Amino acid sequence: MSHHTLPRPGASVFVYEWPVRLWHWANALFILVLIVSGWFIARPLPTMQIGEATHQFVMGYIRFAHFAAGQLLTVGFLGRIYWAFVGNHHARQAFYLPLWQKSWWRDVLHEARWYAFLESRPGIHVGHNPLAQIAMFLFMVVGMTFMIVTGFALYAEGAQRGSLPDQLFGWLHDALGNSQLMHSLHHLGMYFVVIFMTAHIYLAIREDIMSRQTMVSTMINGYRSFKDDDAA
Amino acid sequence: MSQIETFYDVMRRQGITRRSFMKYCSLTAAALGLGPAYVPKIAEAMETKPRTPVIWVHGLECTCCSESFIRSAHPLAKDVVLSMISLDYDDTLMAAAGKQAEAALQDTIEKYKGNYILAVEGNPPLNEDGMFCIVGGKPFVEQLRHAAKDAKAIISWGACASYGCVQAAKPNPTRATPVHKVITDKPIIKVPGCPPIAEVMTGVITYMLTFDRLPELDRQGRPAMFYGQRIHDKCYRRPHFDAGQFVEHWDDENARKGYCLYKMGCKGPTTYNACSTIRWNEGTSFPIQSGHGCIGCSEDGFWDQGSFYNRVTDLTQFGVEANADKIGLTAAGVVGGGVALHAAVSALKTAQRKSQKTKTKDAASKSKEEV
Repeated sequence: MSHHTLPRPGASVFVYEWPVRLWHWANALFILVLIVSGWFIARPLPTMQIGEATHQFVMGYIRFAHFAAGQLLTVGFLGRIYWAFVGNHHARQAFYLPLWQKSWWRDVLHEARWYAFLESRPGIHVGHNPLAQIAMFLFMVVGMTFMIVTGFALYAEGAQRGSLPDQLFGWLHDALGNSQLMHSLHHLGMYFVVIFMTAHIYLAIREDIMSRQTMVSTMINGYRSFKDDDAA
Repeated sequence: MSQIETFYDVMRRQGITRRSFMKYCSLTAAALGLGPAYVPKIAEAMETKPRTPVIWVHGLECTCCSESFIRSAHPLAKDVVLSMISLDYDDTLMAAAGKQAEAALQDTIEKYKGNYILAVEGNPPLNEDGMFCIVGGKPFVEQLRHAAKDAKAIISWGACASYGCVQAAKPNPTRATPVHKVITDKPIIKVPGCPPIAEVMTGVITYMLTFDRLPELDRQGRPAMFYGQRIHDKCYRRPHFDAGQFVEHWDDENARKGYCLYKMGCKGPTTYNACSTIRWNEGTSFPIQSGHGCIGCSEDGFWDQGSFYNRVTDLTQFGVEANADKIGLTAAGVVGGGVALHAAVSALKTAQRKSQKTKTKDAASKSKEEV
């Protein structure tokens, strides 16, 4: 990941195995569905008069989309955690921060200076760069866990007392005290994800153009190519 | 009163016939959601068990719980007060006053040590040694602790006793504290609401008398049979919610048609209570039926959960009036703007470096030519 084994210019290293890539794109789709449907649950569409209430299920379908995408995302996340154990070492990188490594902190500083236009040359990274690793950990691992847990706590209310979601997550309401507050926190979490998406998509494309390795294609074919024409 | 009368004795003494008594038992069973098999059980309990003494104390409160309680229709509050329980002390409802009243309280505590139910309406303020609420010349918290010491169980009436309600809303200057945070060594049953539904109050008492135990409680300590579901789960306007048909303004056509009040800030989806099933005033109506959203009065800290008229509510934690959308959109806007700016600078820098490279190349080739 850092500088100990520098790849040759023009070399390609296999980084992301297919389950990681599949998870990435499926996750992106679920998150998109969750944001859109979640927005319309908090602020519903204008009233529609398609038919009698019996024949109309607009809010019902929006909620269904939200719950279905949420459950699929959870299954995907669990699968991703499983793959962190059985996959290659790149599959583990997002799940921890090597705070005890001095070299990692050096790389963090270097990467921050590169983004602040204070370094003329970016670092070279086979996996995530250290800043990306921090972002993945904070937003994807911590943030998504938060959204899944609060989401299921809210879902438990509809599933009602004694149901499996209630037995697993219902206690959170009692710990927090008020379900309305839980809604607000879950809603705030959505913006946390939107902020991550904005930065993630921008930086992935920027690094694809400006850094010394591929980004976007790596998440499609799994190979990280190094494009230096001068010695690294 | 050495021998305590049974419920049945008292009822017969009041001229209630056996037939009316049995009717009353079936009605009570129905109100508690029990099958017909329980009717003889209730009847037997009432014929054989001595009336349970109840002490009803009042802390910081508005008496709306008492007001609600005396309007109970099934069972009638009069039946509960006169026949079922022996309400030995309730400074609002009792005839005695002053020293007599305090003596009655002391008598009851001593006579029925460990056997009486303590019903608490309101809560004790703890700041300034509890001086914000004085009962009989002493801070209420002292009366509460004294009466709770020998009680069999405690009922926390209403949002005040259960969660604190308006007097505990931020910044809570008197440090009004719910009962379960003051009395920690007794079984406490919370019956929240501002006020709780009358039939819920009398239903809880009837259950405790009939079965001589607390009803099944949920994790927050509320009777599950009344607080197991949200208003939203049993709301008669729920089909309009699922259809996506909402009241958009208080006076629009949708309001007249009785569409869902979700967009008007109805807290039905976040409130656990029996309003949409039992309703109020002998089942006549409840807030949503009369065209106003639920304000969530039976929820913990409902005064501090922002406006009654928004679903995405203010987050007072941020100090200013801001809701999740305002905070989120600001943050997302800042990040989005930052990204755009960063992209622009990145492009400029790259262009600059390229032009410098070509310049130095040009300069190099020029100097070569000159040589």
